[in-house]
Amino acid sequence: MRTVVVIASLLAMLASGFWAYRENYATKLSVREVTRLSRDIRQLQEAIALQNAEWAYQNRPDRLAELVSANFDRLGLLPMQPEQFAATGQLPDPPPPPLVDDPLMVSEPGTPEPETLP
Amino acid sequence: MIRTPLRPLARILQAREKGENPDAIEADNLRARHEVLRDKARSRAEGRLMLLVMGFCVAFMTVGIRMAVLAGSEPEEPRASVAGKGIQAQRADIVDRNGNVLATNMVTHALYSHPRDMVDGPRAARELAQIFPDLDEEKLRKQFSSGSAFMWLRRTLSPEQVQAVHDIGEPGLLFGPREMRLYPNGKLAAHILGGTRFGDEGVHSAEVIGVAGIEKQLDDRLRDPGQLDQPLQLSIDLGVQAAFAEVLASGMKVLNAKGAAGILMDAKNGEVLAMVSLPDFDPNNRPPLPTSGDPADSPLFNRGIQGLYELGSVMKAFPVAQSLELGLTNPATMISTQGPMQLGRFRIRDFRNYGPALSVTDIMTKSSNIGTARLIQQIGATRQQAFLKEMGFLDLLDIEIVEATRARPLIPKRWSDIHSATISYGHGLSASPMHLAAGYASLVNGGYMVRPTLLKQDGPVAPGPQVISQRTSDQMREILRQVVVRGSAKMAEVPGYLLGGKTGTADKQKPTGGYYKDKVMANFAGAFPMDDPRYVIIISLDEPEETSGTEARRTAGWTAVPVTGEVVRRIAPLLGLRPAEVEAPTPLAVTAVRN
Repeated sequence: MRTVVVIASLLAMLASGFWAYRENYATKLSVREVTRLSRDIRQLQEAIALQNAEWAYQNRPDRLAELVSANFDRLGLLPMQPEQFAATGQLPDPPPPPLVDDPLMVSEPGTPEPETLP
Repeated sequence: MIRTPLRPLARILQAREKGENPDAIEADNLRARHEVLRDKARSRAEGRLMLLVMGFCVAFMTVGIRMAVLAGSEPEEPRASVAGKGIQAQRADIVDRNGNVLATNMVTHALYSHPRDMVDGPRAARELAQIFPDLDEEKLRKQFSSGSAFMWLRRTLSPEQVQAVHDIGEPGLLFGPREMRLYPNGKLAAHILGGTRFGDEGVHSAEVIGVAGIEKQLDDRLRDPGQLDQPLQLSIDLGVQAAFAEVLASGMKVLNAKGAAGILMDAKNGEVLAMVSLPDFDPNNRPPLPTSGDPADSPLFNRGIQGLYELGSVMKAFPVAQSLELGLTNPATMISTQGPMQLGRFRIRDFRNYGPALSVTDIMTKSSNIGTARLIQQIGATRQQAFLKEMGFLDLLDIEIVEATRARPLIPKRWSDIHSATISYGHGLSASPMHLAAGYASLVNGGYMVRPTLLKQDGPVAPGPQVISQRTSDQMREILRQVVVRGSAKMAEVPGYLLGGKTGTADKQKPTGGYYKDKVMANFAGAFPMDDPRYVIIISLDEPEETSGTEARRTAGWTAVPVTGEVVRRIAPLLGLRPAEVEAPTPLAVTAVRN
């Protein structure tokens, strides 16, 4: 009986040692992977930050104003003026709907379009 | 255990027969027994000693191996978790109210050298001087041959410069990573942002700390590790700020002014939408502090906040408002403006003679010093002082910019009647344009004090204490509107935007005392649209001169006022304000959009 217990505990020790060894290396691998990923993330974030800075720099009001005046002949942009606000009443009426021969043939929403329409 | 007897009977008997002493046998046996015991004890002791030696050997070898391992391995901090360290930038971004970037970070490199490791110092010096024209080749050569271990060369490098230095191929030139503060909009809003510099510098990183403006005042917030990923959102509107700065700069140029300040503030919650101070500077490359001359002429000087000026007639709005509030007058009350007004040995004059009497409204539209002084005589110096204190003119501004903590308004030590009279029309008390903006905001917003702020407010802000009644505020709106409709600020009228305000032309003080005859500070303080004021606008021009006529004109009506009109025309549409319907333009204007 005692021998069995001794052998069993020896085996258990071996097994747990093997398990701990494997876990140790798996952890180290994961740590290395995480480090690599966070380095990648950081590089990407730096790149994004750089792109954002570049975007802000390229869109700075001074530069846009310069570009607008340089391309005035094509764009014709001027600073916004108070007169450019229009009232709804100043808008032209919408174009009248196209004339249809038979008013009954005008399709209801949802019903299929009759094929006989000109 | 079977003990060997000391006196075995057989041998004793034998010995007795032979006539020998049996005691000798006992002694002999005793000796033999002791020898056995001694041998046993020695072997046990030797075993123990051996064990001890082995224990020591193992212990010392463990320590020795551990030391060798530690000495041979790369130093590494123990860590409890694998969360990515140093992923984030070390300083939060700053954005405007619409999310446009005002300040961000960029990764770059610093250049340093190990002169001892240099292979060819003179060549490195020559090549470096070619890449960086501001480095002196001779000096570098001397430094490289001095045999020192370490030397900084440049704080920040552009990627092109990094490549160029790499191409030298000198092993003694090394790079350290650096995070650099970048202000993509250049000079725009420079005085608000302030600037940064490197703090503690190491090879692997360097602190970035704020030196001025909001970067310094909110340094702790910007560097708080918990809030690094949340950008600091300012109340500034980048587009409005740019248009404001552009109009102000061209106005300053046309009018030959040496400086200008402009503030646009939300009249209800005190958000500053634009604050311009000219001349300005590039925060990416902050100029050094001036060592000679007047610091107020330096581009670093924030005229909107640090500039403490005698503001002139714009201050007349406050005695008028107080007089209305106290019920001493109403807008139509006639006040004597017979001049000159003698006050002790001091004489108060008007710009020109306005006749024997003016209504309170006309004291404002015509800007009568005598009339205002008479109003303040009725009010009294004590009440005047208390009112100006409530309006914030006697205290430091509470705004998120470091310069404000040092710009205490200049007030007379003793508040005599003469001081009281001159302060009523804006002389003898120096405050900043931002003080003026806060004061005008409470005049027109229904009478509530506002606290100027540079941070975007989430949701409505609780109104401050009420300093004047709603009724007085309504009367002030009408009076200020009349100044633009028919008074000294006619040139600022922009159809549809119902601008109202007050002009002020203050003679500049000589540093030696007294006033200049031909140097003025021309101001305009106002708000629009006056039927429900949403924005307060302050324009201040330093030493403007309008030279289109035969005689140089310096009054605010000819200088600050037209500039204000142009500013409002430009920025009101950007703020999404549509002109009032009553003065809506004809449909002709719609076609103007298309061409």
